Amino acid sequence: MSHVADTPAQPIAFKRNAREALADAQLRRNFRGAMDSLMDKRRNQFPDGDELERLRAFGNRVRARALSKLPDLLERLEANLVRNGVQVHWAETVEEANAIVHGIAERHAARKVIKGKSMVSEEMEMNHYLGDRGVDCLESDMGEFIVQLRAEKPSHIIMPAIHLNAGQVAKLFHDKLDVDYTEDVDRLIQIGRETLRRNFFEADIGVSGVNFAIAETGTLLLVENEGNGRMSTTVPPVHIAVTGIEKVVENLRDVIPLLSLLTRSATGQPITTYVNMISGPRKADELDGPQEVHLVLLDNGRSQAFADGELRQTLNCIRCGACMNHCPVYTRIGGHAYGTVYPGPIGKIVTPHMLGLETTRDLPTASSMCGACGEVCPVKIPIPSLLRRLREEAVRPPAAEPHHMRGQGAKYSKKETMIWKAWRKLNTSPALYRAALYAGTRLRGLMPANIGPWTEHRSAPKPAARTLHELAREHLGEQ
Amino acid sequence: MTAKERILGKLRASLQGTTPVADDYDVGLLTEPWRYGDEARIGRLRRMLEAVHGETLLTTSAEWPARVVEALAARGIDELLISPATAHGQQFAGHLALTGSALRLKAYDRPVEAWKDELFFHTPASLTGTLGGIAATGSLMLWPTSQEPRLMSLVPPFHIALLKASEVRDNFHEFMHEHDWAAGLPTNALLVSGPSKTADIQQTLAYGAHGPKELLVLILEDA
Repeated sequence: MSHVADTPAQPIAFKRNAREALADAQLRRNFRGAMDSLMDKRRNQFPDGDELERLRAFGNRVRARALSKLPDLLERLEANLVRNGVQVHWAETVEEANAIVHGIAERHAARKVIKGKSMVSEEMEMNHYLGDRGVDCLESDMGEFIVQLRAEKPSHIIMPAIHLNAGQVAKLFHDKLDVDYTEDVDRLIQIGRETLRRNFFEADIGVSGVNFAIAETGTLLLVENEGNGRMSTTVPPVHIAVTGIEKVVENLRDVIPLLSLLTRSATGQPITTYVNMISGPRKADELDGPQEVHLVLLDNGRSQAFADGELRQTLNCIRCGACMNHCPVYTRIGGHAYGTVYPGPIGKIVTPHMLGLETTRDLPTASSMCGACGEVCPVKIPIPSLLRRLREEAVRPPAAEPHHMRGQGAKYSKKETMIWKAWRKLNTSPALYRAALYAGTRLRGLMPANIGPWTEHRSAPKPAARTLHELAREHLGEQ
Repeated sequence: MTAKERILGKLRASLQGTTPVADDYDVGLLTEPWRYGDEARIGRLRRMLEAVHGETLLTTSAEWPARVVEALAARGIDELLISPATAHGQQFAGHLALTGSALRLKAYDRPVEAWKDELFFHTPASLTGTLGGIAATGSLMLWPTSQEPRLMSLVPPFHIALLKASEVRDNFHEFMHEHDWAAGLPTNALLVSGPSKTADIQQTLAYGAHGPKELLVLILEDA
């Protein structure tokens, strides 16, 4: 399947997308293999179950503490960044964030942007926005570079091109970059390196995301393995970091447990090749680094999640991707079927706040509630409970107060509400219950052969001839 | 109202009546599982670095220049980017003069804009010092300076790093605490754990993605 850019998958079409993805054997093989290997790698990083559980609890408390003082920490972060010479911008919506980035580009008459990996910039669809205004954005993370060449979106937040195998990348490079066909991964990476190298110093602006923004010191911390993040934030004369308002932590030392949880959970590495801590632009006596550093803080629905104590836990997320690696649904349908920037379990609980429940109504139900996501989450987000909560928000009457979410009641139906009311009545009044069961068993011959989706792949159930109560009474009477 | 005021206003309203979560930072959890002692510390660092394709060599503060010359010769490299303003830069230049080596030294002595092309395409190797190392994760700490700028450890395909054994600590917490990082960080501080790599194609590990293809760490046992 692999959706192409002219028909981008949308969350509203989730069921159709999922059906198409399930029918794609190649896609399913690619994901199955990749997820199995990622699960193994993570497991090997946590040989001591006790240490893992204590560290998860610690990570959860560090994030909960940061969120419990979020407005103060954001102000402190801004004050310290400004003191360090970084310019800080605030945006409530992706439109505002894009306008800020474009404004900076215009001031510098920028034509070319090189990007490190940034999921928030995907959220903003920054490439598209800037492209429409004559500013080219080039992705420099190998995975992002590959999906950009294919005019696709990332299918995983850590490994954007995980839906492809080496043969597919070989063909892509051969077709688009005019190189000899090779499936040798070392050679393919060297082709990517050579293609991108000159772009780092031709770019007018480097854009990156942020893994942790440290309020205490006014520091932006980025983790990566490739070095493209360091390139993008060091070589161009201007660096713009974009991040969500929830990414702030209180103290520098708070990043130690979070870093350990992040890299071990995400890719099963004790640490990434580079941990890059940026605390300001180039100083007068320094010979490289950007002359200007900007930070754009984006809300985009996060303050809605923040408003409710339970939903606030969504913002604990440190974007490791372990929940998707362990998700039986994600493994079978891949990242594109969700039609959202963030796929998998975390995507299902964060996207409704960004887009509203109208278009994302099917996401919270795309779960078997097996609980794997909640069990592996390094900061203990209770993802299954939050999915259940979002299901509830989607069926609450649209006008009911308190109103927690944009799109509340997107799945509300009077008929369904009536059915559940009747069900409750039936199950709480013994006389009615017995009468209904009696009718059900005696009228068993009237069960229709076709009862919607159930009978698409199964035969219709047939009630027993007599109720369990009757059988039990008879059995006890015989004794 | 500005976007900032609106965002902070919403967040503050949501927190009304709540108390901040206390800081019950668990130092023991970040240090106790990651202790090695004087005997095993360097071994752990080497093992971790080598597991990710880093090369390590035990040497001394007198011997290391000879090791660098050998490493470059083995790779057919005849040019090295090194800072003449640092003590190790001067020691290395002195060694070359003494041995009459033909190795050419290049200095990062002007802003990157003035020599981008040469740095990116005609600088095969670099040598930098380090602030220290972390045994638990096999990491080098780098604080780039005006003598040894940020790109020096990133752009050349072969990076050689000098590490004093006495500056290696068991874990990140110990290192950060001892150096009192919370009191102030430089423009850029880095942890480097091996050469640049990626597994973005079919989960297959490949080295030399955008940064160095090779990292050689010279551990000075007597320093």
